[in-house]
Amino acid sequence: MQERVKKDPEREFRVVGTRPIRPDGADKVTGRAKFGADFKMAGQLVGKVLRSPHAHARIKGIDVSKAAVLPGVKAIVTRDDFKDQGSEFVPAGEMLVNYRDVVRNVLAREKALFEGHPIAAVAATSEKIAREALRLIKVDYEVLPHVLDAVEAMKPDAPVLHEDMITAGVTPPPTKASNVAKRIEFVMGDIQKGFKDADVIVEREFNTKPVHQGYIEPHAVVASVSEDGSAEVWVTTQGHWIVRAHCARLLGWDISKIRVTASEIGGGFGGKTVVYLEPLALALSKKARKPVKMVMNREEVFRASGPTSGANIWVKIGAKKDGRIVAGEAILKYQAGAFQGSPVQPGCMCAFAPYDLENVKVVGYDVVTNRPKVAAYRAPGGPISEYAVESVVDEIAEQLGLDPIEMRLKNAAKEGTKAAYGPKFGPIGLVEGLEAAKGSPHWNAPLGKNQGRGIAAGFWFNIGGETTVSLQLNEDGTLSLMAGTPDVGGLRASLSMMAAEELGVDVAKVRPIIADTSSLGYNFLTGGSRSTFSSGMATVEAARAMIKEACVRASKLWEIPLDAVTWEDGKVRPAGDNAGKHEAMDLGDIAKIAGKTGGPIVGYSAITAHGAAPSFGVHIADAEVDPETGKTTITRYTVIQDAGKAVHPAYVEGQFQGGAAQGIGWALNEEYIYDDNGRLENPGFLDYRMPVASDLPMIDTIIVEVPNPRHPYGVRGVGETPIVPPMAAIAAAVKRASGVRFFELPMSPPKILAGMKAVKANGGAKATT
Amino acid sequence: MNSVIRCEINGEEREVLADGRDTLLDLLRDRIGLTGTKEGCGNGNCGTCTVLFDGEPVNACLVLAGEASGARITTIEGIAHGNVLDAVQQALITHGGTQCGFCTPGIVISAVALLDRKRAPTDDEIRHAIAGNLCRCTGYDKIVEAIRSAASSSRASAP
Repeated sequence: MQERVKKDPEREFRVVGTRPIRPDGADKVTGRAKFGADFKMAGQLVGKVLRSPHAHARIKGIDVSKAAVLPGVKAIVTRDDFKDQGSEFVPAGEMLVNYRDVVRNVLAREKALFEGHPIAAVAATSEKIAREALRLIKVDYEVLPHVLDAVEAMKPDAPVLHEDMITAGVTPPPTKASNVAKRIEFVMGDIQKGFKDADVIVEREFNTKPVHQGYIEPHAVVASVSEDGSAEVWVTTQGHWIVRAHCARLLGWDISKIRVTASEIGGGFGGKTVVYLEPLALALSKKARKPVKMVMNREEVFRASGPTSGANIWVKIGAKKDGRIVAGEAILKYQAGAFQGSPVQPGCMCAFAPYDLENVKVVGYDVVTNRPKVAAYRAPGGPISEYAVESVVDEIAEQLGLDPIEMRLKNAAKEGTKAAYGPKFGPIGLVEGLEAAKGSPHWNAPLGKNQGRGIAAGFWFNIGGETTVSLQLNEDGTLSLMAGTPDVGGLRASLSMMAAEELGVDVAKVRPIIADTSSLGYNFLTGGSRSTFSSGMATVEAARAMIKEACVRASKLWEIPLDAVTWEDGKVRPAGDNAGKHEAMDLGDIAKIAGKTGGPIVGYSAITAHGAAPSFGVHIADAEVDPETGKTTITRYTVIQDAGKAVHPAYVEGQFQGGAAQGIGWALNEEYIYDDNGRLENPGFLDYRMPVASDLPMIDTIIVEVPNPRHPYGVRGVGETPIVPPMAAIAAAVKRASGVRFFELPMSPPKILAGMKAVKANGGAKATT
Repeated sequence: MNSVIRCEINGEEREVLADGRDTLLDLLRDRIGLTGTKEGCGNGNCGTCTVLFDGEPVNACLVLAGEASGARITTIEGIAHGNVLDAVQQALITHGGTQCGFCTPGIVISAVALLDRKRAPTDDEIRHAIAGNLCRCTGYDKIVEAIRSAASSSRASAP
């Protein structure tokens, strides 16, 4: 079923591009893989968190005296156990976090800002005792009015979450605090002129709901602080160096004293890039002088972690009759949750990124609301703004009677296109993706009754960043590979393959692990689709360093100059006839002589990986809408995306399919539902309805390969782009299936049914919101 | 109140001390250290804790430990045939049907239960058999492919 489209005749690979089995496979199918909650230490206590029942309340007092004397309670921490932090932004994935807010998100200080906000944490000898202790903690709340919606929160009379928050990015600065943390703007060309030139202008307002990353494994940590103050942390995370940094900062400890080991991670999608339990577990362990284990239940995951923003988006696009877009404008209002830092900035940058435009203006607002602080979710910000823009592009194509692929081809970004957010694109694969879509069996297949087909494009930046990889040549010629970016989608397999490719060894000879923070140099987290790109780049560099060293050793052994030794086909060889007659040696031979030629051989690479290249995707969705119930079923789906070079094509396909499935959930079912008191009504998988196997069709994939010239093998990150196009593709498909164009997510059955009824009543295909 | 539960787990007779409020999941994970069975939600919605209870797939988080008295329980740790993986396990590895791996134990159990009663299920039957097992990574494609392939491979010809 899978096809591949390659742009250039490429270098011949021996391992890269094949599909060996993953080194973590056997452990995962037999239950031996150790996830966050599977780790246990002798004598460990159970830690539990007391959470605010109110969406917004001043905390006038916290009395732990009764809980403290309950037999079995070993430690309690509240806001008094954490020093306040000044305002300072630091990167966390594609998002920024502010320590002033991190400390408040971990434990509420002045106010509880969302239902589920941690107030105190207890460590006890059993879960039962810990729960009883939570009941004995008395919190004196002054309940305040709350606000959940970004548009509502921007009104002048809205309850203000942070009395000292002055909108940044506005001149002159406002004199009064508000819920708008930041206004940002990207302008290119002259939109007034552009709209004046347009033959058709479509202007629409969209609303989306917060959706959760939905990783199946809840947050879990075990922390143990020794008598000398050194600490061990075992945690499920996308970035254990980030956990270490945040914990050290919040606790005021030396970074070197905290050793963090990443467990197997049961999904993250951006949601495991922030700290929730870890600083609490460490503080409790230090107080109790025992290991402390903390595990969230599903309800806590929903109430207090993630999700991504709900948003209000306004988009206006003008085009010529031939489909050429002459101006694009958007205003994005993103919910940040309780603290500033929504992904509105990347949302703004992504909005028009798939297109080569002259006149663009995008304005974004980062708005705090009484909801959990949003966390990164796969291409954070991008899916929301691109859903709105792609929906308007589809509507314009429809109005102009143009094929939606042709409309996009006419405007598609290509090498040399200057993006509205600044840079000029290098080689990119959007045109190739659109062409592949046009020629795909799916695009050309007939549709059934009540079915419609939609298409949408998507973009994500991808990042590089600090990365360390160590590659050890073992005595028997096998290789141990240490990387530091947690493996969420087959990274260890891909890194082993790249090492094997470079070194000319069998992939099974390379055993990869994700090393802990004390065993390897710094690694930024797994996020921004960076791990295969960055750790892959470092792996290739480490392998090349090893090859260089192998040549040095051979030159010593053979007693010939280094430049008389060469590496070819996985072996060191004399470079030419006058280098003498020496038997070529592979790494196994080199390993045997390592001790007597200079010692152990280690290839090491500690880099800031530059040259990450964006990945563009195109999705085709077929939707069937039941006119009786309004239920939408996705009957066929195809993901087409540029991978640069697919190292392990099966895992690239897995990323495509997984992202599409999450997008289908976002489009059709998933949403947070709050009651009038600001309490989440659906904190479980029964009512927060993620797609199950019987909801989905097979998801076809076409891997486009336009190599990234700045990666040794041409790799682009692929993990995030697949969640960008689904919502617009499905909205377009639903439009064609039902006759109704929707401007709100999720397109759940009651909304679709109401929309179809309204259209019937109006006697035409009138848009609804 | 603690009581002793006697049951068969992965072919071995076990006597386990359990609290009256323990679920079967607590018994497996916390009392005897079989952590292959995962807890994703604790209320029967995600299927990560699926085990075979007298041959039938159940969510271990919805079964009280006491109910396991006299029962035959098979967990993910008891699925392989000695040193040889079950065809479902092997196929999940080969087809890329395990990504993060957290839902995988539950998927394996549901698939084994399906193939035990139906040797050549249709794709629809496979999807319905694992509809109680949430997976957020794969979009289910490669899982369905794996189960289909396991059904048509050695498992079908196994005794």
